Amino acid sequence: MKPDESRLAELAAELRKFIITMNCCAGSGHPGGSLSAAEILTYLFHQELKNFFPAQRDDPARDRFVLSKGHACLGLYAVLAQKGFFGVEAFQTLRQVGGMLQGHPDRLKTPGVEFNSGSLGQGFSFALGCALGGKRQGQSFRVYALLGDGELNEGQVWEGLMFGAHWRLDNLVAIVDYNKYQSDDLCCKVTALEPLMDKFRAFGWQAREVDGHSFTELAQAFAAAGKTKGKPSIILAHTVKGKGISFMENNPKWHGSLAPQGEERLLAFRECGCSLTGDRA
Amino acid sequence: MTTMREAFGKALVELAGRRDDFVVLDADVAGGTGAHIFREAFPERFIQCGIAEQNMMSVAAGLSTTGVIPVVTCYAVFAAMRALDQARNSIAYPGFRVKIVASHLGLDVGPDGPTHQCLEDIAIYRSIPNFKVVSPADPLELAKALPVVLDDPGPVYLRTGRSPLPTFYPGQADFQLGRGAILREGGDVTVVAVGVMVHRALEAAEILAGEGISCRVVNMSTLKPLDRDLLEECARRTGCLVTAEDHNILGGLGGAVAEVLAQTYPCPLEFVGVRDTFAESGEPPDLAAKYGLTAAHIAAAALKTIKRKR
Repeated sequence: MKPDESRLAELAAELRKFIITMNCCAGSGHPGGSLSAAEILTYLFHQELKNFFPAQRDDPARDRFVLSKGHACLGLYAVLAQKGFFGVEAFQTLRQVGGMLQGHPDRLKTPGVEFNSGSLGQGFSFALGCALGGKRQGQSFRVYALLGDGELNEGQVWEGLMFGAHWRLDNLVAIVDYNKYQSDDLCCKVTALEPLMDKFRAFGWQAREVDGHSFTELAQAFAAAGKTKGKPSIILAHTVKGKGISFMENNPKWHGSLAPQGEERLLAFRECGCSLTGDRA
Repeated sequence: MTTMREAFGKALVELAGRRDDFVVLDADVAGGTGAHIFREAFPERFIQCGIAEQNMMSVAAGLSTTGVIPVVTCYAVFAAMRALDQARNSIAYPGFRVKIVASHLGLDVGPDGPTHQCLEDIAIYRSIPNFKVVSPADPLELAKALPVVLDDPGPVYLRTGRSPLPTFYPGQADFQLGRGAILREGGDVTVVAVGVMVHRALEAAEILAGEGISCRVVNMSTLKPLDRDLLEECARRTGCLVTAEDHNILGGLGGAVAEVLAQTYPCPLEFVGVRDTFAESGEPPDLAAKYGLTAAHIAAAALKTIKRKR
């Protein structure tokens, strides 16, 4: 089915609004890497995932989404709210005692969350385990894991890349949110990652490179991944960290954990179309 | 005598013939953990993960969501340290039904030396919320414990071992998770032991009997949740205790028992274990002699704790 790109763009815009709302409610969190993944999350949840609805949250046949870059959970919570797993009023409780939205994802507290990610590399391996289990059980669900670029520093990711190719997990698609920045600085200054496409291919994965803010390119990449047999797929999605909020774009300061204050907060609200004002969103 | 790893492999095979709800994961040490016996019998239920323990732990978590119980097999040093973050965050925190089975415990590892002699796993795993910790004392108890561990709905850390152990456990006794067992009655002192130290504690009781001392021996094969009632009863009955473990004296069985007695019935307590040091290569009996883990060491500790009774 050809995606309705204008509809997806509206959903991605709302997702950014939700991210900023939650970020300002909590006064902390990781906005930069959530904003960069807005189109990827929108496409996955509104176009790609099958059998993934609140009424089927424990359905063995549901497609699995694992946010391996768990710190970007503002984006995940936003899209789960869009899908009806909980109401937007839950945003007010983010990172608060007794709240259902933790600082990193918690599958026991938040409906729709598959895995307690946050310790980088683990969500990817968890997704590989889901994919292997699906194949062993003869189930046809597919597994999607979203990784950060900084996360690729973790040795566990490369253990997982070997494992996924060895077990020919063609029911799994990994997506790298390649926004070029990690917590401290540019990825290339922290620990050089490139040449990533060569590395993924050398590890036996079907690798594709896309503009991670283009629904057209995301659609083509996921469609191709769905047809790939005998090996797992990975999509290197070039994105802009902090995308959509001018002062957050390409500024590692907005990795987290913090929220905009004062004039910057008002500017962020204006740019994402948030109707809330004042210091407390 | 059967080795604990061989007993583990055989128990897996025996169980697998009766239930198809578990798979076994290995990190290229199947010959060392005993999992190779299972692989030969049930190759389609054996998942080789390569020398990548961190990935293996998180893969197991994922597998557990697809309708199977993953049994992760590994050496204790890697299960308890190299892949600890994964055991905690991928398995314990979400509460997945994953069983981690570790061989190669303490100085019983022997000639491979300190890199492989895990002295810390009890202290580590009992401090992680949601994990239960089980350490059978002989091949029979291991075979009894395995199905109970699999039936438990949460994560369990199960310790096996490496060396041959005498079979002494009463064959008719059922394994009860969370319950210690009195293997020998006595009124002057209680030795609470775990794993390879249990048969040495029974030897120590014989030595003490020769000196006219009546020693109770408890096999504390569940380290978490600890049998608090039994420990308190031992303290009231014998008035002093000794703990015995092939593990660092810090944070293991001794620490756990001290925590309970401090809150229930404080009394003299001596600790037999590795005295906060790395050891060296050597045959297990020679290491036990040098580092204070023999029956004679347990008997000496018993005499010491008895003298401290008011």
